[in-house]
Amino acid sequence: MADFTPSPDLAPPSLTVGPLGWVRTNLFPDPFNSVLTLIALYLVYLTLPPAIDWALLKADWSGTSREACVSGGACWVFVHARMNTFLYGFFPESGYWRVNLLYFVTIALLIPLFVKQFKYKVILAAINLVAFPLLVWILMSGGVFGLSHVETSNWGGLSLTLILAAIGCVAALPFGVLLALGRQATNMPAVKTMCVVFIEFWRGVPLITVLFMSSVMLPLFLPEGTSFDKLLRAMIGITLFQSAYMAEVIRGGLQAIPKGQYEAADAMGLTYWKKTGLVILPQALKIVIPGIVNTFIALFKDTTLVIIIGLLEVLGMVQTALNDPNWLGYSTEGYVFTAAVFWVFCFSMSRFSQRLEARLHTGHKR
Amino acid sequence: MNEIAEKQLENQVSDQPIIELTGVHKWYGQFHVLKNINLHVKKGERIVVCGPSGSGKSTMIRCINRLEEHQQGSIVVDGIELTSDVKQIEHIRREVGMVFQHFNLFPHLTVLDNCTLAPIWVRKMPKKDAEEVAMQYLERVKIPEQAKKYPGQLSGGQQQRVAIARSLCMNPAIMLFDEPTSALDPEMIKEVLDTMVGLAESGMTMMCVTHEMGFAKTVADRVIFMDKGEIIEENEPHEFFNNPQNERTKLFLSQILGH
Repeated sequence: MADFTPSPDLAPPSLTVGPLGWVRTNLFPDPFNSVLTLIALYLVYLTLPPAIDWALLKADWSGTSREACVSGGACWVFVHARMNTFLYGFFPESGYWRVNLLYFVTIALLIPLFVKQFKYKVILAAINLVAFPLLVWILMSGGVFGLSHVETSNWGGLSLTLILAAIGCVAALPFGVLLALGRQATNMPAVKTMCVVFIEFWRGVPLITVLFMSSVMLPLFLPEGTSFDKLLRAMIGITLFQSAYMAEVIRGGLQAIPKGQYEAADAMGLTYWKKTGLVILPQALKIVIPGIVNTFIALFKDTTLVIIIGLLEVLGMVQTALNDPNWLGYSTEGYVFTAAVFWVFCFSMSRFSQRLEARLHTGHKR
Repeated sequence: MNEIAEKQLENQVSDQPIIELTGVHKWYGQFHVLKNINLHVKKGERIVVCGPSGSGKSTMIRCINRLEEHQQGSIVVDGIELTSDVKQIEHIRREVGMVFQHFNLFPHLTVLDNCTLAPIWVRKMPKKDAEEVAMQYLERVKIPEQAKKYPGQLSGGQQQRVAIARSLCMNPAIMLFDEPTSALDPEMIKEVLDTMVGLAESGMTMMCVTHEMGFAKTVADRVIFMDKGEIIEENEPHEFFNNPQNERTKLFLSQILGH
């Protein structure tokens, strides 16, 4: 009987590999796509050079007033002159270091999440969950440790945007998880109904309405004399609103887990919370990372809506600056700057989610 | 290994029943899946359950660790009756290991972590001890070198052997197998069956739903044939295969052995 010997592997045709192969398969695979490629290149040629010209080459960078903007390009002097209000809002100048320290600490807390060798990511995340809001309150509001008290109405600019977004994310995720689990709890009809009603209510109303209600209507229902902070009310509104969305995203992940995983965990004698925490959630959350980050990005951009109740985050500050008679007519620069700020943050979140997905991939197939 | 040896000793066949199903009925909505099931399994006994698909054999063994709820009759496992009492269910599940058709390993954990999860979180075993026990069982199913890999990197046969090791790590008194070889490529069935034969020889109480009649002939103490939710025939394997009493059993055997 003859032995089976596999035939030797041959080299692939030279036009399908290397840079030439890439160009061929991606840009000019057939006549139709070649035409599309050429049209796209022409559009880039039409738009990109003038944009670079306006934003960089012909732009004015230094100076203190509009007299410095003479070249006809972008007037970044405006952004530069107003930078402090964009970053710190109406925070007293003597307290800028507090906001800076907060920026610094936030970045310092985020860096370990990107370092592969750092083993205590979960613990760090848990600490952040409690410590971060506390730190924000101490540094921004003051009134303790000899820090002067700053009213929340003086908070503003990018720091307010980041605080709203960060607290919103940090609070909406755990709430969302609990709501999603509650909605799945078919053996506890009361809990399930409550979660369904909560989710459907908050998903059914626009965020603007929620903010407006929290600012205008809520005080009417509270007993006379009780007042609680407008910013805090907005924050609670945003958190409840986003946790409803988060719950539905996470429920999608829970439903993607095969029944066999629940059964295997049950058969081992794991209790409900151990099964959920050790087997189901780690897999479900991993599946819905893109959805979670999507919600975070939406939340980040939705913070601009707080302008409706008179809180001025970065976009609000830019708009205020545009109304300054000294700087009339520079709205393009203002909005381009705001767009760039938002894009940098949202794009970073998107990249982070992709890294996280790649890292958590364990090569499984179900 | 001493612990395993002790377990083997206490697992010798005795007259004391460890699983008792008495008058068990179950319905899925209107559909009557289990009809008056009466079955006693003695400690150390090895039972093979066979029958056509939809006959209720999987449902029956899934009732034993309450993955399915029965609606009438009583199920007593290791002296504890299964009711809706969560504490009792958890107690029974600690004593009953289960191996599934689709392995159901946890894909986000390594093979070793799959094996140590329940001992650490259910039995409160220290991590180091749990890992030692896990390695012992992984050696017993002959894949200690895969301990650090993820389930997705293993073949089906290897995954099923990990699943067996994972159940054994809880040191169960009873092992349930729900068609453990049905999802495997033909080349991998043997390695899983060999593992199961080894386990049977160690004296473990086993209930196995399978169509592997060779396995039934070599290891079973009793073969049970089910159809339409009822136990139609039960006998020791030699008699069961050579001298089936019921017409339905004869038809079934001629169909699966006739080719």
